Order: sequence, then C-alpha cells, then structure tokens
Amino acid sequence: MRKSVFYGTIAASALLAGAASAQSTLETVQSNGEIACGVSTGLAGFSAPDANGVWQGFDVAVCRAVAAAVLGDPMAVNFVSTTGQTRFSALASGEIDMLARNTTWTFSRDVDLNFTFAGVNYYDGQGFMVNRELGVSSAMELDGATVCIQTGTTTELNLADFFRVNGMSYEPVPIETNAEAQQQYLAGACDVYTTDASGLAATRASFPEPGNHAILPEIISKEPLGPAVRQGDDQWADIVRWTLNALIAAEELGVTSANIEELAAGTDNPEINRMLGSAGELGAMLGLENDWAVRAISAAGNYGEIFASTIGEQTPIGLARGLNAQWTQGGLLYAPPFR
Amino acid sequence: MSDTHSNTVSYVRDTMLDQQEPPVTERGVIKWLRENLFSGWLNSVLTIASLGVIWFIIIEIGPWLLNTVWNAESLRECRAILDGTSGACFAVIKDRWHQLLFGFYPPEHYWRPVLAMVLMLVALAPILFSEVPRKMLYFSVLFPFIGYHLLWGGSVWLPISVLLGFVVGYVAFRATAKLSSLVSVIAAVAGTFLWWVFLAGPFDAAMYSVAPIGLEYVRSDAFGGFLISIVIGVSGISLSLPFGILLALGRQSDMIFLKSVCVIFIEFIRGVPLITLLFTASLLLNYFLPPGTSFDLILRVIIMVTLFASAYMAEVIRGGLAALPKGQYEAADALGLDYWKAQRLIVMPQALKIAIPGIVNTFIGLFKDTTLVVFIGLLDPIGLSNAIRADTDWNGIYWELFIFIGALFFIFCFGMSRYSMYLERKLKTDHR
Repeated sequence: MRKSVFYGTIAASALLAGAASAQSTLETVQSNGEIACGVSTGLAGFSAPDANGVWQGFDVAVCRAVAAAVLGDPMAVNFVSTTGQTRFSALASGEIDMLARNTTWTFSRDVDLNFTFAGVNYYDGQGFMVNRELGVSSAMELDGATVCIQTGTTTELNLADFFRVNGMSYEPVPIETNAEAQQQYLAGACDVYTTDASGLAATRASFPEPGNHAILPEIISKEPLGPAVRQGDDQWADIVRWTLNALIAAEELGVTSANIEELAAGTDNPEINRMLGSAGELGAMLGLENDWAVRAISAAGNYGEIFASTIGEQTPIGLARGLNAQWTQGGLLYAPPFR
Repeated sequence: MSDTHSNTVSYVRDTMLDQQEPPVTERGVIKWLRENLFSGWLNSVLTIASLGVIWFIIIEIGPWLLNTVWNAESLRECRAILDGTSGACFAVIKDRWHQLLFGFYPPEHYWRPVLAMVLMLVALAPILFSEVPRKMLYFSVLFPFIGYHLLWGGSVWLPISVLLGFVVGYVAFRATAKLSSLVSVIAAVAGTFLWWVFLAGPFDAAMYSVAPIGLEYVRSDAFGGFLISIVIGVSGISLSLPFGILLALGRQSDMIFLKSVCVIFIEFIRGVPLITLLFTASLLLNYFLPPGTSFDLILRVIIMVTLFASAYMAEVIRGGLAALPKGQYEAADALGLDYWKAQRLIVMPQALKIAIPGIVNTFIGLFKDTTLVVFIGLLDPIGLSNAIRADTDWNGIYWELFIFIGALFFIFCFGMSRYSMYLERKLKTDHR
C-alpha cells in the first residue's frame, strides 16, 4: 500500500510537471523524431536485443508500429530497458513516452498510479509447470509442494490466493529472476515453477528436454498485458490505443503486410478504406497523417503476423493463439469499429 | 698432551668421510611433501580430502570444458551437435562477445572505445610507474577530455570549452595571486564555475557553428557491457581518491563546521546501501529536475558511485592518517611548513602508503559494485547476459556467459591487486 502511495505521489508530481511544460507527448515525440519506449530488459519472445543490438519481440513490435504510425519510421524508437521496479517511475517521470513491457492491466495501476492502459496486446494467465516424474496432472494435486515464485509480482499474490482458497499448503522458494527460476527448477530446488503461462512456455522451450516437463491445465489468474501511457494526455493514449486496434482489426479484415499496398489504394470494403485512409479523415482526427494505419501495419504486419513471427507456434516459444485469437475464432481480440 | 697422542691413537680419524646424502625422508620431493602436505594426521587427511575435491572438479568440469562447441547459431544447434553428451556451448560468446564488451555501441565505431582504452593505459602509465617520463603526466591530465570525446563524440568544442574553464581559473588565480592566497583560490574556483555555467555552452555552440569538427555523437543508451562497467568504474575510482582525501582531511580538521559536514556526509553515505543511491539516481532525480532536461543516466550513476566510494575512501585514508605517529605532524610543524605543504610533503605520502591495501580494496569493491546498475535497467555485462538469454536462440544458457564475465572481471581485479602488491614492495622503506 505504501508503495502505491509513493508511486501515486511521484506520478502526480510528474503530472504537474508535465502540465507545466505544456507540450503534448505527440509534440515531444515529433520534435525528438523518436519515441522513447520502455521495454523489459529481456523476456524471451516479447523483447530482447538480437546479435546486432536491434530489439525484437512481441512488445517491441507494438512500439515499432506506433513509431511507424506517428513518425513514419518503425526504427525511430529509443528502447529504454526497464526492470519491474523502474518501469512505472520511468513512465511517470516522462523518461519514456509509452511502456510496452508485459505489464498487467490492474485497477490500482490504472487508477492509483495514474496510467492509462491503451488496450491488451496479450491475454496471459498464471500457470504451473511440473516435472512429469511427479505424476501430477492437475494443480489441485499440488498440496505440500515447494513452489519457485518470483518475489514482488502479482503472481506471488495469486499463488497465495489460489492455495488458500483451495485449502492447500505450499512452501515458497523465493527467486528474483526468470533465469534464476529456471536453474532452481532444473536443479530440483522446487517441485513447481509458476509464472505467466507465456513465460512457462518460453522457459520450457529452453530446457534440454522439454518433453519431461508438463504445464498444468489450470490457469489461476487473469493477466491482460498491454501498453500503458501517462494519464492526462488523451490524444497520445488514443494514438497508442488505435494503433493497437488497427493491428488487430487488420488481421480480422484480412489486411496483411503483403497485400496492404494494394488495399490502401481503395477496396470495396468501406471499413478497410476508412482505416487505411483512402476514405474519410480518421488520421487527421488523431493528429496524424491519413496513411498512419498503413504505416503501422507495414512495420511488422498485422497482429496475427506479429504473433506468428515472435511467439507463435512456428517459433521456439510455440504459443498457441488461445485467448489471443480473433473474436471470430473464439478468442478475446475485438477491435472497435473504425468509423 | 695433544702431541703425544696425535699419531698414536689409531681410532682417531684423520681424513673426513664424504658427505652422505640426507635420508630419503629428509630431502627433495618427499621432504617437501612431508613438511607441506603430510605433517601430522590431520594435515594428511585434509590433503587427501582436497585432492579428492580437485579430482572431482576436474572430472566434472574438464570434459565439459574440453567438449566445447564454438560454432553454432543457437543453443538448440549446440545441443544437436553435442548430441546428448555433456559439453560447453561457448558459441554464445562467439556470437555475442561484441555485445558483452561494447553493448549496443555502433560496430563501425568500435575503434573508439578500443582507442580510448589504449590511451587510458598510456595515461595511467606515468601515474602507476615512476620509470615513465614525467612529461607524460600532461597527457594523463588531458586524457579525461580525450576519452570523453572518443566515447561520446559530438562537438569537439565541448570538452575543449570545459577544459578552458580550468584555464580561466588558472588565469584568475594568477591575476589575484598577489592579493592573498585565499582570495586567489576563491577567484580561481569562481572563475572556473562562472565560465562553465555562463560561457562554456555559448562558446561550444559558437565554435561548432564556425568549425563543426567532432566525431559522430553516440548516445549513452548505446553503452553497455564492459564498456559501461569500465566507464563507471574508472571514473568512480579516479574521482573518489581525491574526494576521499579531502573528506578524510576535513574529518580531521579543527574547523567545526567543515568537520561536521564531512562527518555527516561520510556517515550518511556509509549508512545507505549503494543500491539505494542508484535507485535515487535513476528514479528520484528525474522528479527534482525541471521537465525536459535529460540528465544523462550514466552521468547520474557515476556521480552516485563516486559519492559512495569517496565516503569509504575517506575512512580508509583516515586509517592511514591515524596510523602515522604524532611526531611526524610535529616535525612538519617544526620545519615551519604550512598546512597544505605539511600534508603534501610529510603526511600524505606516508599515510597513503600505509593505506594502499585498503585503497585498492575499495577500488576493487567499487569496480565489482558497478554490476549493481543492472537493477536500474542499465545493461552492464550481467544485464546483457539476461538480455542475451531472452533471445530465443540462447534462452537457457548460463554458465558459459557467467564464466566469460567472471574471467574478464577477474583479469581487472587481479591486475589491480598485483599492482598494489608491487607498489607496496616498491615503497617499502621500513625495516620490518
């Protein structure tokens, strides 16, 4: 609680400072010629620098799409690596313009810390991984287990809730980072490793023998991960929100990086025309050029293409679409209409 | 008596026997083994146990190290090549060594940090070894400005205008030297700061518009890996020693205000963990500065690390001062030396000599503490090892990265430690 008061105070003072400067985030970004985007210091599939020092990943792609929409150049992003502790103050103090760091959208972060979440780019949930030798097939059989758990995260609280509600006991093995967790788990220091299911899949993929480990079917929490911006600059929040929506809608409407040039010239689908700017003035309403969505989608493709190339089933991480499929496919992705 | 017996007693030997070899247990390897490894049953047991441990380590790690894969694109490929056998995958180092050393520094500019490193060694030579010509010290004084320009680039006039601040200070010192030494010191400091605050910026801008000379600007975000450790470590080390000396002298001072300021500073900094100061640097300073000012994060970290190390350095040097016999101070006074001369010629050379092991200890600690910046999101070698692991190609690799990082840190720290031993031997003037 005290922590949130602290963050709230610094966020509020930053807002005052921001109001005093009286320059909108969009103007700042345009005058800097780049977006300062906060990402994780390294999370497999979501954000990591490659051998050439170029950041790659699912969260990174959101930053690049926004940069393409606003500045016309997907590479015009200054990636600021943030840790779990520094991410919120970096955003509140204006060091970064947006945060795309697998951050769970929660009430207190949205309301108390004065951030605006621009949507959800990945629906995650907390799961459990166990060694198959244990013969456990359900999380309800984990009574008395030792559990590796990252400290200071929502997963720690979810774990306590889950075991209390189900009347089971567990022995926590506190760990600091995912890397440490992998080592502890493989060394047998804990029976169970729990974190977001996407993280479990990425972790399991890195094991010498992934087949020996099972991810249990129970998902014990909702972890909607999404990009966040400072509260109080609605224009900037709208830009990030609708860039994300454009990526999602593009997949639904069948707009891909391959056919976008052709579709941008004009189609017989009025919604595609409005989104891609061949009809209407949606870009101008955002304060951007009318081909903003074309540029955003051209950066790395639509939502489905980004998913497939960074964390999808063809990648080593191998995540299925699951909840992150389009609403027409039984998932939760549902972009509001472009009208 | 002796005469009568000299040749008559047959059992008195008149030729010496050849010297015999000592018994087999008292010579050569066996003697060494008996004395050093098997002197008594306890030591014998410990020796055998140690041999067992060493054997175990060799058996466990040797094959793993020998069976190293150097050419692979990813950990999966490594595992496929190893095909179930145990072996190291140093291919990750081959793939990412440049990142571990330079971070995201543009590859076409790698020569700049390398050249800065070489020039740093050149600049250090006259400080570390008295055999090197003294004239080289001028280069050592200039090196911080050269090094800054090499690493960050930008306008060449910026370091020059900062340097000119010292020239202005010197001119002011000279101009007022006749009045009194206190006035001239104040004039020198005021002149330097006035130049920096009011004239350095416009001078830089004006000169750059006339003659835009300078290397391409590299922003601090691009710094990472050992580059960041060395930049922070070397700056912290070279700045903390003078600050530490001043603080130690301040703490010994008779002036109550100066003394309390120094004591409060030292005790406050020593009472706070470095990680707290780093968080302050990365999180809180942003809120106190006017919005829009971007105060470089690496600079903030260097300042905090310097403050931290200075406080420890002050206490180490105070230990050296306390170990000095009172007679030395009195002798300096008896010679009629003023305070600064007494410190410079009599007290400090002896106190610093006594404090060398402690000083180097603080340096080594400081250098290793630079890895703490990982907690504020700077990508030092440890931070980069996490980032490298986050790449799907290398997810799951640990030991190879940590062995590489550990080996590089060991080289630096061991070098410092050997140099301090050399210095101690060289400066040894007592007869203990």
